[in-house]
Amino acid sequence: MISRQLYHFGRYIMMMGTALARPERTYMYYRETTRQMNDIGVGSLVIVILISLFIGAVTAVQFSYQLDGTLVPLYYIGYIVRDSTMIELAPTITCLVLAGKVGSNMSSEIGGMRQKEHIDAMEIMGVNTAGYLVLPKIIAALVVIPLLVAIAAFVSIVGGYLAMVLTGSLSDNDYIMGVRSFFQEYNVFMMFVKAVVFAFILTSVSCYQGYYVKGGSIELGKASTNAVVFSDILILLADYLIASVLT
Amino acid sequence: MIRTIDIHKSFDDQQVLKGITTEFFPGKTNLIIGRSGAGKTVLLKILVGLVSPTSGDIFYGDVNFSQLNKKEMRTIRMKVGMLFQGSALFDSMTVEENIRFPLDMFTHMTWKEKAMQVDSCLERVSLGQVHKKYPSEVSGGMQKRVGIARAIVLNPEYLFCDEPNSGLDPKTAIVIDELIRDITIDKNITTVINTHDMNSVMEIGDNIVLVHEGRLAWRGDKSQVLESTDETLQQFIFASPFLQRLRASALERSQEG
Repeated sequence: MISRQLYHFGRYIMMMGTALARPERTYMYYRETTRQMNDIGVGSLVIVILISLFIGAVTAVQFSYQLDGTLVPLYYIGYIVRDSTMIELAPTITCLVLAGKVGSNMSSEIGGMRQKEHIDAMEIMGVNTAGYLVLPKIIAALVVIPLLVAIAAFVSIVGGYLAMVLTGSLSDNDYIMGVRSFFQEYNVFMMFVKAVVFAFILTSVSCYQGYYVKGGSIELGKASTNAVVFSDILILLADYLIASVLT
Repeated sequence: MIRTIDIHKSFDDQQVLKGITTEFFPGKTNLIIGRSGAGKTVLLKILVGLVSPTSGDIFYGDVNFSQLNKKEMRTIRMKVGMLFQGSALFDSMTVEENIRFPLDMFTHMTWKEKAMQVDSCLERVSLGQVHKKYPSEVSGGMQKRVGIARAIVLNPEYLFCDEPNSGLDPKTAIVIDELIRDITIDKNITTVINTHDMNSVMEIGDNIVLVHEGRLAWRGDKSQVLESTDETLQQFIFASPFLQRLRASALERSQEG
């Protein structure tokens, strides 16, 4: 069991080492990176906005329920929604969702290319396949996912506002005062650190699962599932470690 | 010229290749033939470096390919073109983009020069007006031609074809065979074709290597195939009952005559 995990870890490191080699033609990598940015960013925008809206709304409703009958002022709901989404919910939930959407997509795409001998064809042309197929995805994710997380945090706060103000649970002024209270820039930094680390995990793990796929459609399905499962586990582990180190 | 010296390959306990020593010549269509599971695909993949041999050497000219590191291998691969069994065209790219891909990746040609090179390759494989089509929008035979066009776009010195006729009707298969042979002669490249198509053997087999149970069982050219008394070769060539009946009637007629 341990030797198997070590084998995968070693192969993952080797793939990443090859992926980070100097590109054969920078323009081709740039073009592929912009394509990936579009796929990851624009392609995931709607789902990220929808999920964030509800997360913000649910967080606000839950805390409103928790604070009901206590001496804590209600405007704290805005403050709690802002900080909980920024520090935890926006980066973590967004990246868990993206692991399911983008990660499985990457794994299937690369795995399908492996099965249809596209990767072999590129290898024979002399292309560094790990570089061309993996590096643009990682760069695109490192750029785009933090932006998606920032959008998710903002939309979550809006979601909390809608849930509180439209239902009359909290006044417009109270919610906004809460959102503006006790602001620490460091939390924004922590949000982006998490977003970058999670983005790297979900793309590299998913690409690894697809790159070494063998066999037929069943194995491709397994690779896609593994991409999501391992990405999710590693994201949550990294979440704990970052939280421990940065707070 | 490509030479293989005592190539062995094992997967776990299974020995697939058991000491293949042979040569593939420039300007000739070199055929690797054999039954399914004989080890010919493994041999082809070893030749292009997709699979490493357990032992043995492969020489591209004077360069020992099997001793090269990955980076050095890539310089040899720049001289290699390959047509895959399923064509291996990139689904997300048009025919034009597929053929242009190696040019984009490895040359400093201008857009105009690349377009001219793509046009010339498409013309060479007798395809026109398919530039903007996606691989899924053209027939299997056309996909093979596009695959050949992509394989020759960098003017390779070596061309490898993995079962170029699989999935094609006999007429289209003959067209593809003739195309590969013509390109081989025109460009004086070393072409290695992995096949079990008997038409290919008899039509374009300049240098035929029969692999049987991982060993080199017979070597010769198309003119020697029918004259050979090698039992393994005869069993392979006349494997189908139809050909056996044809052979028997031919022998009968010759005895009567």
